Amino acid sequence: MYSFDIQRPTSVADAVAALGTDEALPLGGGQTLIPTLKQRLSAPSVLVSLSGIAEIKGVCTNDDGALCIGGGTTHATVAKEASAYPGLAALAGNIGDPAVRNRGTIGGSVANNDPSACYPAAVLASGATVVTNTRSIAADDYFQGMFATALNEGEIITEVRFPVPEKSAYMKFEQPASRFALVGVFVAKFADGVRVAVTGASEEGVFRWTEAEAALSSNFSADAVPAAPSGDGMISDLHGSGAYRAHLVAVMTKRAVAAAS
Amino acid sequence: MPKDHGIGASPKRREDVRFLTGAGNYTDDINVHGQAYVHFLRSDLAHGKINSIDTSTAEGMPGVVRIFTGADFEGVGGLPCGWQVTDKHGEVMKEPAHPVLAQGKVRHVGDPIAAVVADSLEQARTAAEAIVLDIEELPAVVDMGKALESGATKVHDDLSDNLCYDWQFGTDTETTDAAFKSAAHVTTLELVNNRLVANPMEPRVAVGDYSRAGDDYTLYTTSQNPHVIRLLMGAFVLGIPEHKLRVVAPDVGGGFGTKIFHYAEEAFCTFAAKACNRPVKWTSTRSEAFMSDAHGRDHVTKIELALDKDNNFLAVRTDTKANMGAYLSTFSSSVPTWLHGTLMAGNYKTPAVQVNVKAVFTNTVPVDAYRGAGRPEATFQLERVIDMAARELGVDPIALRRQNFITQFPYATPVAVEYDTGDYEATMAKMEELMDIGGFAARRKASEAKGMLRGLGVNCFIEACGIAPSNLVGQLGARAGLYDAATVRVNATGSISVMVGAHSHGQGHETVFPQVVAEMLGIDESMIDIVHGDTSKIPFGMGTYGSRSLAVCGSAMVRATEKIINKAKKIAGHLLEASDSDIELKDGMFSVAGTDKSVAWGDVTLAAYVPHNYPLEDIEPGLEETAFYDPANFTYPAGAYACEVELDPETGKVTIEKFVSADDFGNVVNPMIVEGQVHGGIAQGIGQALLENCAYDENGQLLSASYMDYAMPRADDIPHMASYVVDHSCQTPCTHNPLGVKGCGEAGAIGSPPTVVNAVIDALHSGGHTHVSHIDMPVSPSRVWAAMNGQ
Ligand SMILES: Cc1cc2nc3c(=O)[nH]c(=O)nc-3n(C[C@H](O)[C@H](O)[C@H](O)COP(=O)(O)OP(=O)(O)OC[C@H]3O[C@@H](n4cnc5c(N)ncnc54)[C@H](O)[C@@H]3O)c2cc1C
Repeated sequence: MYSFDIQRPTSVADAVAALGTDEALPLGGGQTLIPTLKQRLSAPSVLVSLSGIAEIKGVCTNDDGALCIGGGTTHATVAKEASAYPGLAALAGNIGDPAVRNRGTIGGSVANNDPSACYPAAVLASGATVVTNTRSIAADDYFQGMFATALNEGEIITEVRFPVPEKSAYMKFEQPASRFALVGVFVAKFADGVRVAVTGASEEGVFRWTEAEAALSSNFSADAVPAAPSGDGMISDLHGSGAYRAHLVAVMTKRAVAAAS
Repeated sequence: MPKDHGIGASPKRREDVRFLTGAGNYTDDINVHGQAYVHFLRSDLAHGKINSIDTSTAEGMPGVVRIFTGADFEGVGGLPCGWQVTDKHGEVMKEPAHPVLAQGKVRHVGDPIAAVVADSLEQARTAAEAIVLDIEELPAVVDMGKALESGATKVHDDLSDNLCYDWQFGTDTETTDAAFKSAAHVTTLELVNNRLVANPMEPRVAVGDYSRAGDDYTLYTTSQNPHVIRLLMGAFVLGIPEHKLRVVAPDVGGGFGTKIFHYAEEAFCTFAAKACNRPVKWTSTRSEAFMSDAHGRDHVTKIELALDKDNNFLAVRTDTKANMGAYLSTFSSSVPTWLHGTLMAGNYKTPAVQVNVKAVFTNTVPVDAYRGAGRPEATFQLERVIDMAARELGVDPIALRRQNFITQFPYATPVAVEYDTGDYEATMAKMEELMDIGGFAARRKASEAKGMLRGLGVNCFIEACGIAPSNLVGQLGARAGLYDAATVRVNATGSISVMVGAHSHGQGHETVFPQVVAEMLGIDESMIDIVHGDTSKIPFGMGTYGSRSLAVCGSAMVRATEKIINKAKKIAGHLLEASDSDIELKDGMFSVAGTDKSVAWGDVTLAAYVPHNYPLEDIEPGLEETAFYDPANFTYPAGAYACEVELDPETGKVTIEKFVSADDFGNVVNPMIVEGQVHGGIAQGIGQALLENCAYDENGQLLSASYMDYAMPRADDIPHMASYVVDHSCQTPCTHNPLGVKGCGEAGAIGSPPTVVNAVIDALHSGGHTHVSHIDMPVSPSRVWAAMNGQ
């Protein structure tokens, strides 16, 4: 680790001000950022810890029924308190291990947009809105490829707003070593249609499987899930070929549909 | 009723109190006043020519004490290899130099190029970033087959090629060929025994300390065998005489073989402590461990099994390429040869067994012993090919094994070892009973009803443990004796310190060894402590590996305790005015046979140290005895294992539903600890079979360089305890050591990988995937799916 200064603001406004300095980075739960710092792959001069900001923590339901999760809310809290959205609570409860869940935050996960992370699938499949200190960004505009998002430098995710579907489920096939998603599929059935988002599989990061969405919107049953998508453009590595990942996309989608509640 | 103390009892592990309450004293807990820290600048290239290393800027950076490169070690010896293998042409193996810091070339990712010693670790790291390297990348040699092609890039320019040795062993070619010619059936299997990283929970650490006052050195290090390190480093690397060098291996958090070897970092810290006149500490990061701890396994093998028309085994022939990595690690050369070839007969009376091994240099981390060392590789190929033969012949794999079992002991194999005792039928029958083989069909039906495939895998194994008879291994090329030693020091009031050459790094010696002494003397175990891990305190013993601690060091301890008893009886005879031949020792009391005259243990020990009424003309005061024990033979633990897997045909994921081991370890001193050893060993074997894969790309970059990509087994990869049955009730005591023990540390890791793979193949065949005859480990979901789909 290189040396850095740490600031612990207690309001979003103070955090934004602190992030105004050069080479400052927000620190969520540190589950991704701290290992990066330890390996000296990142060298911020200031870390702005978000964990003392009460206004971006917690789970609530707003007037139009959306579940609002503060950007600084830990996975463990979501697992426990997002009972209004069981598919999402289950997803959060299966991220990493207890230590990771008690530190890691939804804001950090969504800001990082790891191509194998779980939350991006839920955000995209739900058609959620990523709220920052300056604006609201629709999920469809937010994710822009592996580790790439619509966030500007110094922008803080203060909240993620999830419309709650009638039925949903997330199925994660774990990469054997990291236990991130080798392929994870989030299926969300709304009154006006079904959204299916896939993480872990594509070289472009999380994506919507539109063929499955169309098929499932007219017939929400596992049998309606189309044949596996093409393996072209899918990640191929030590843990599985693109073809295998593509195959798993279909399998996990079927299982998610079958499990949706 | 189970015993509650002494041999056969299961007292809780006394060392766990300090381990579980954070009171252990590991090497990283040791901080010497004034110590500096070293950071190693390691190669990120697999192969390269060092043109220049410019440290001038780095030397001026804050906190830097001194920067070392290979040039500083030119007058110093290289890291030695402890076993010289002679090949089939009568030539000794090629032994390239293994410098402490790279000289001329870098040969694997992780090869240390320079070492920065600084006041703090962060300063050392920062300074290392300012070292300017000019290294010309060379083509990397990664694949063993390509490494052996003529004209291949050479890992070591001064050698003629990348072949370390070409070894042949066992039955001669003519006899072997004739057996294959006469065969009614031949099964051939090509397989890979996957490269593993041992990953002990505690990474390696070294602290070197030097005292100008006495010109003596102390090295604190994470070692399984401090005396071996003292000898190798003192005599071969740094030229420090033993009496000026103390090596301390305090609490060590797991070794699994990888902490046997003498490593560059240990030599560096010792050397630099004098050069800098400051203690120097190195603590490996996990990332460094992946690229600097010796790796395990990495064999590519073709095995053939010949059977007659009645399915009797006629011959086994193997052809193996064994990866040595870039340099010869301490015992690397012995693993694919004497620890592997000698086990190729397995549990079977196959008349002809021929083993061929080519050891190969590549631009990868050195490979050496890892839990089981050579024996898992032997077992895996033999038990896989037997299973495949049973399938090809349409016979029951259990019956085929049974039919070919060795049943008469002692049994001299065609591969040079003599099994003293065993009962393979007994362990097989025990396994069948515990596994409820009869109920398998119903369990398979139940799995199939859920859309899953279910497979049953069985396996037998034999291992050579209790390493090793010194004269025999000396003939085979070992450059060390493999006896062990113990000193039993009885104190004046009767308590005892036993100084042992074996080292406990998780095994539980501190609990088990006192059980033995307590049983022999009839006193309470709490009166006895074990001292280990410090060359200034313990006799010259060879340490812990090869399931040898109790069989070899424990035997030395028994011999020393016998000497204690003999002397104590003389003292007691004097005190009781009787002949020592009439003295009996029972429950801590010495009595004169046939009388009620007796004297207690504590009175005798006190007399030994306060010799007022004492036979000083016959015996010396004091009560302390040392024994060295050199085993007459290896010990041969054996067993039969079985497991049931469920395989998800949609994803290829395999889960182990039940695992049963029926081992014959001879006599068992502490059943609970034996079961723990087997549980752990099987967990590691399951890791190898399903998860662990140390992979390089074609440029020699390590792909699995962290836990993000290297899959370790976790609790939920292992069956629930109720379905994880380890049995050791079949006991044929070893015939040649005083305790009749055989060793249990490696069995689980040896016996389990083929068990798992056999079960997976069985599951696939039950699902109609009969074209799949083998899948290389780790049998990961993607590999299973690819095999099922012919990809
Ligand atoms: C062992 C382990 C297992 C894991 N397993 C999984 C898994 O199975 N599935 C999964 O999805 N993830 C997994 N993770 C990742 C985990 O979910 C992380 O917590 C998450 O990726 C990052 O969240 P964080 O709060 O720790 O962010 P940090 O590490 O603190 O930050 C990550 C990045 O986001 C930025 N950032 C943080 N908070 C905000 C914010 N509110 N607004 C804007 N930018 C912000 C930081 O500057 C940084 O660039 C695992 C992690 C570990 C260590």
